[in-house]
Amino acid sequence: MDGLTFVYSLLFYIVINIFFIGLLLKFWKYVSTPAPLKIPQTPAPKTATGVGVRMFQEVVFFKSLFRGNRLIWLGGYIMHLGLLFVFMKHLRFFFPGTPAFVDTLVDIDLYTGFIFLSALIFLFILRLAIDRTFYVSVFNDYLLLGLLIAIATTGLLARFWDYSGTRAMIPDIKAFVGGLFTFNPGPVPSNKPFMVHFILVMMLLAYFPFSKLVHSIGIFFSPTRNQIDNTRKKRWGPWTVKNPRRSKPKEPVAVQPSFAVKEEPSDS
Amino acid sequence: MAEETAEKTPIEIVTESEHNKNFHGPELTGEIDTPAVEDGLIIKGVTDDVKPYPASESMQAELGFPETLVDNWEDVAVQRLGELLERYKSLQVYLDICVRCGTCTDKCQFYLGSNDPNNMPVARAELLRQVYKRYFTTEGKVFGKLAGARKLDLKLLGDWYAYFHQCSQCRRCSVFCPYGIDTAEISMAAREIMDSIGLGQKYVNSILGKLHEVGNNLGMNPKALKATLESTEEDLEEETGQKIRLPLDVEGAEVLLVTPSADFFAEPHVESLLGYAKVFHQAGISWTLSSTASEAGNFGMFIGSYTQMQKAASRIRRAIEELKPRRLIVGECGHAWRIAYSFWNTLIGPFDMLDPQYPAPQHICEYTLDLVGRGAIKLDKSANDEFTVTFHDSCNVARGAAMGDEPGGQFEIPRALIRASCNKYVEMDKDTIKEKTFCCGGGGGLLTDEIMQIRVQGAMPRMQALHTVMEEDGVNFMALICAICKAQFTKILPKYDVPMSVAGGVHQLVGRAIELGAKA
Ligand code: HEM
Ligand code: SF4
Ligand code: SF4
Ligand code: SF4
Repeated sequence: MDGLTFVYSLLFYIVINIFFIGLLLKFWKYVSTPAPLKIPQTPAPKTATGVGVRMFQEVVFFKSLFRGNRLIWLGGYIMHLGLLFVFMKHLRFFFPGTPAFVDTLVDIDLYTGFIFLSALIFLFILRLAIDRTFYVSVFNDYLLLGLLIAIATTGLLARFWDYSGTRAMIPDIKAFVGGLFTFNPGPVPSNKPFMVHFILVMMLLAYFPFSKLVHSIGIFFSPTRNQIDNTRKKRWGPWTVKNPRRSKPKEPVAVQPSFAVKEEPSDS
Repeated sequence: MAEETAEKTPIEIVTESEHNKNFHGPELTGEIDTPAVEDGLIIKGVTDDVKPYPASESMQAELGFPETLVDNWEDVAVQRLGELLERYKSLQVYLDICVRCGTCTDKCQFYLGSNDPNNMPVARAELLRQVYKRYFTTEGKVFGKLAGARKLDLKLLGDWYAYFHQCSQCRRCSVFCPYGIDTAEISMAAREIMDSIGLGQKYVNSILGKLHEVGNNLGMNPKALKATLESTEEDLEEETGQKIRLPLDVEGAEVLLVTPSADFFAEPHVESLLGYAKVFHQAGISWTLSSTASEAGNFGMFIGSYTQMQKAASRIRRAIEELKPRRLIVGECGHAWRIAYSFWNTLIGPFDMLDPQYPAPQHICEYTLDLVGRGAIKLDKSANDEFTVTFHDSCNVARGAAMGDEPGGQFEIPRALIRASCNKYVEMDKDTIKEKTFCCGGGGGLLTDEIMQIRVQGAMPRMQALHTVMEEDGVNFMALICAICKAQFTKILPKYDVPMSVAGGVHQLVGRAIELGAKA
C-alpha cells in the first residue's frame, strides 16, 4: 500500500466512525429525551396511521415548506432529490457487483449531478437574495452549502472532465472505495478532482453529526409533527424518565424543582 | 451623559425599557405587507426597548423563584438550560435541527407589525440557540461565532427579556416550518430560564401568585365571587323575566363549568357567561361554577413551567373531587382550552370519576352545538340581524387544541354555532384564518399595558384582515372564543380607530339568539 492510499484509508476509517457513532449518539439523545406534554400542532391526526401519513408528506414532499415558501421549497426539494439520486448512483462504487437498478439509473440519468449542483447554487443565492434569510444566516450556513457545491463540482469534474464522460474510472474507484469496505483498498485513483472530492466528502461526513444536517433524523422526532392528537381518549404520561442523563451541577446553585418524575408506567 | 447617573444594577440594565402606552396603530389598508430591507423598514432592534415590568421580589418568592437576578446568573441559566434540554424533546430537537431556511421569517405577526427582525421566529429562537451552541455543542465550541455561538452576557439577556416577551407563543411559525419547529416551546424555555435566575415578568408572575392563593387570576375571593354572580343573576332576571341561575359550589350538579374569571365581570366577557347560563337553563341541565376552580386560565404555560402549570391545574381536580359533577366543561378561553384539552389529562388526570360517555373536558362550543343539533335548544337567528359576523380563530385553540372527533373540529364547531345564531356570516382572508390564523397580539402573557406598543403592532395583521371585511362586507361583529382575545381587542380596536363593540364572544351571539321558555 502506498503512502497516499494509507493516509486516505486511515482518514476514511476515522471519519466513518465519527459519522456513525456521532449520529447514533444524536439518535439516542432524541429517543431518550422525554416529551412530557402532548404538543401536536393541530389540526393533527387522531391515529398512528394518520401520523404516519403526515410524516410521510413532510419527508417526501416537504408539505409544510411548500405551504410556507414556494421558492425555498423548489430549491430545497430539487436539491434533496438530486442528492438522493446522486447518492444512489454512488452505490455502484460501494459494492463488488453493481445492483441492477443502479445501473439503469446511471444509464438513464446523466444530468442529476448538474441539477443537484444548480439547486445548491440556487439555494446559496436565495440565502443572499432574500433579505430576511440573509439576516438570519450564519457563516456555517454558507460554509455547508459551499462544501456541498464543492463536492458536487469536483464530483462532476471527476466524471466529465478527466475521464471525458466515459466510465473508465469506475473500476479504479471501485477498487479503492469498494476495497475500503472490505478492508482491502486498491490504490487511490490518480484522478485529481476525485482526490479532492473524496477529502471534501470526508469533511462533510465528519461535520454531519455536529451540524444542522441532523435535521435528517431530527425531523422524525419533532413532537409537533409526530404526536397523535388523542389526549382526551388516552392519557399521556405521567411521564417516566427511563434513561435520565443527569448532568452534575457544577456549582451549588439554587434551581427550581422541575416537573415531577414519577416512576410509574407511562400510558395507563 | 449630561445628568448624573447612579450606577445601575444588572437587573435594571436588563429590564430598562421605554413605555408607550398611547401607541397608535398604523392606518388600515387591508394589506399585510412583509417588511423588507429595501424599504428601509427592517431596523435592527427597533423594539428592543419594549419590555414588560419585572416581577417584584415578593411575587418571585411566592412562586419559589429567586427574588432578584442572582449573582451567578450566567452559570445558573446555563445549568437550567441543560436541565431543560434533558427534559424536553421539543427543545433538544428544535435547537439542533433548524437549517435557517427562512420560511418562518415572514410568518410572525410581531415581525410583520414591528419590523424588528429579531421578531422573525428563527431570529427569536437564535437568541437561545446561540447560547445552546456556545455551551452545549461541539460545533459552537469549534467554530464559535461562525456557527452563531454567543456568550450569555447582559446585553443578550436584555434581548431575551425583550424578545421572548414579544412572542405570544401562538405557534403560527410552526405551521410553515419544514420540521414543525415551534418557537413557542423555545420562548417558554427561555422564560423558564429567566425565572430561575430571578428575572420574572410582573404581569404573569403576579397573576400566577393570585391564582395559587385565591383561585383565580383576578384575585377575587369566594365571597366577592358569590356577590358578583348574585347581582348578575338579578340583571339576567330583569332582562329576560326568567329565573336563570349562576350557581356556585353546588355539589352533585351534572356539569362543572370552568371558565376564565374575566367572564364574571369584564366586558364583553360577561355576555358570554350569560350565554352559557341561558344554554344550561334552557337545556334544563343542572350546573355549577366552583370557587375553588374559578379560573380556567393557567399562566403557568406562558412561563414554560410544568410545575406551576400543574399546581394551578390541580385546583380543578380538587373542585371535581369536592363537587362530584358528572361532566367537565370549559368556557371560552384560548390558552385555557389548549391546557384543558391537551394537558389536563396528563397533569391532573385521569378523569375516572366523570361520566365516561362524555369527553373530558368538553368545550362549551362542543356542548352547545350538540344541544342545537339535537333540538334541545332553539336559536332565533334574526335576534342577531343587526350584526354581520366574522370569526377570529384563537391561535391556542386553532393550533394547540381541537374540538369534536375530527381533525379541524376546532374550526368547524364554533363556525357552525355562529352560523346557527346569526344570518350574516363572513369569513376573513383565508391566509388569516384556521390554522393560519394570526394572534390577536395579546396572548402568551403579553396582555399588559406597558408593552402596549408591541400589542398594537402584533395585532396589525388581524386588524388588516378585519378592516377588509368591514369595508367590503359591512362586518360589525368579530366573534371570539378567548378571554385574552376579548380583553386585547377591546383595548386595541380603538387604537386602530375601530369601535370597541366589534369584539364579542361566540356565546354572546348564542345568548342573544336563544329562545327562552320555548321548550322543544
Ligand atoms: C430524511 C432526510 C431529509 C429530509 C426530510 C430533509 C429535509 C430538508 C428540508 C425540508 C430542508 C429545508 C429546505 C431547504 O432549505 O432547502 C432541508 C435543508 C437542507 N438539507 Fe435536508 N433533508 C434530509 C436529508 C439531508 C441530507 C442527508 C443532507 C446531506 C447533505 C441534507 C442537506 C441539507 C442542507 C444543506 C439544507 C440547507 C439548505 C440551505 O442552506 O438552504 N439534507 N432539508
Ligand atoms: S422554518 Fe423552521 S427550519 Fe426554517 S428557519 Fe424557520 S425554524 Fe428554522
Ligand atoms: S410562536 Fe407566534 S409569536 Fe412566537 S415567534 Fe412563532 S409566530 Fe411569532
Ligand atoms: S389571546 Fe387569543 S389569539 Fe392571542 S394567543 Fe391567546 S388564544 Fe391566541
